[in-house]
Amino acid sequence: MGESNLLKQTSIGLNMAWIFGFVLLPSLLVVAASFMERDPVHFVKQAFTLFHYRELMDPVNLKIFWNSLSYSSVTTLITLIIGYPFAWYLTRFGKSKRALLLMMVIIPFWTSSLIRVYALMTLMKANGVINFMLIKIGLIDRPIQILYTDFAIYTGLVYSLLPFMVLPLYTVLEKMDMRLLEAARDLGAKNLQIFWRVILPLSLPGIAAGCIMVFLPAMGLFFIPDLLGGGKSLLVGNFIKNQFLTAGNWPFGSAASVMLLALMMALMGIYLMVMNRFNQSGSART
Amino acid sequence: MKPLPRKTNASALGRGWQKWLGISWISGVYAFLYIPLITLIILSFNSSRFATNWKGFTWKWYEKLAGNQLLLDAFFNSMLVAVASSIIATIIGTLGAFAVYRYRFAGRRLFFALIHSVMMSPDIVMGISLLMLFVLIGLDPGFTTLLLAHVTFSLPFVIVTVHARIQGFDPMMVDAARDLGAGEFEIFRRVILPLIFPAVLAGWLLSFTLSLDDVIISFFVTGPGFEILPLKIYSMVRLGVKPEVNALCTVLFLLTLVAVMTAHFLTKEKKK
Repeated sequence: MGESNLLKQTSIGLNMAWIFGFVLLPSLLVVAASFMERDPVHFVKQAFTLFHYRELMDPVNLKIFWNSLSYSSVTTLITLIIGYPFAWYLTRFGKSKRALLLMMVIIPFWTSSLIRVYALMTLMKANGVINFMLIKIGLIDRPIQILYTDFAIYTGLVYSLLPFMVLPLYTVLEKMDMRLLEAARDLGAKNLQIFWRVILPLSLPGIAAGCIMVFLPAMGLFFIPDLLGGGKSLLVGNFIKNQFLTAGNWPFGSAASVMLLALMMALMGIYLMVMNRFNQSGSART
Repeated sequence: MKPLPRKTNASALGRGWQKWLGISWISGVYAFLYIPLITLIILSFNSSRFATNWKGFTWKWYEKLAGNQLLLDAFFNSMLVAVASSIIATIIGTLGAFAVYRYRFAGRRLFFALIHSVMMSPDIVMGISLLMLFVLIGLDPGFTTLLLAHVTFSLPFVIVTVHARIQGFDPMMVDAARDLGAGEFEIFRRVILPLIFPAVLAGWLLSFTLSLDDVIISFFVTGPGFEILPLKIYSMVRLGVKPEVNALCTVLFLLTLVAVMTAHFLTKEKKK
């Protein structure tokens, strides 16, 4: 049975080695570097310090985190508000139409967000299509500033991340047992009640997954404020990038990344809790 | 719980104003998603340099692209990394999905948790962590580092895509093959692999797309001697909008479109 063992060892070994070597180990390196001193030649010096975390708590740097959090939260909220009804209406279509419509969400999901952000730029610039249209219909008489504003940054973030919200929402809404809605209606529930008491609780896992998939990447998409915000450094992503590539302060950039990782773990913890409670309450009731 | 058969026409959207609200919401979102991309494609054929001035159809921006050796080199490099990394990721990932399905082993849960955290974590964290690893082990930034990084971020997607398919079929088939005297390797090659092949292909196409489109992770692990297309586009776009870039982005978008649609049709049939 040497051959069988070989397959088992190879398939497990290769994958474990790859994921542990290129995901776990590098993440641990980041954590380790965040506690070390800066070194102008070797980037980090092996000496323990909490200096970079204290530095992060400095109001100036805290503000960057705070800004980034607010950009991410607002983006998450907007994608949820746009995406939820959208995903819901999508499930109301017939099977063949639904497949096509879903495909049209999946395509932007996989398309490079750089290309999509660039497409937005061509629309938004001063002599771009939007200004041209607005002047043509007489709403404005000279080009207004759209590109390089907060509005442009939000549009870019929402535009890039909307499919990441829609797909998990669609997945849960599509699986929902429509008989439950009929039952609620038969028991006298109004539309709004059906939404709050049946649809919303049942779609909670999708909401949680969608929010994580929008919120976390939104912190890191450094090229969006860079391109649409006119070189502004607003997100934690910009901060980390600058520490690594411009300031050459790896430990400081690592400390900021560790904060991102901690945030990610906290959110995933919340997600697992939501899922656990959801599954429990599901099995308790059926 | 088995869902009831749905009504198969759009009237399921509701009646009267509700129906119209639904249709306009959906149309609005699709307009938002597609108008920028469609505008980009149209502009790439506009003979005027300026977006708002249509001066007739032209291929000249594409011809300009084809004559730009720097861009062609970057395109070639990108394709090289995308093809190589997606093949490696697909081989390892398929074996990984098989292992997770077939065997219980120490660290399996941690392995799964790591895979999912890779898909959720911000790209930038992976970018800098790999940069640190490569500097630590003394690997010069360039083709090798890009290849390793791209395999790493594609691998979880392959594992998840293939695993979803493997889970869908009857475990009795494996038992049957075993009873008929098949060894572990034969079971994999003759029973499982043919069944999961569409998902394997889909995983490969998705890895290819991911690799071709990645900006953030590549940004940290590439070196000056090895230019790839998305980073080239990034540096061009920072200097402003140019018609050649429209054409370039159109080409990349169409490549993604074909790959994703093929992958989608390959994985679709499993749901019947």
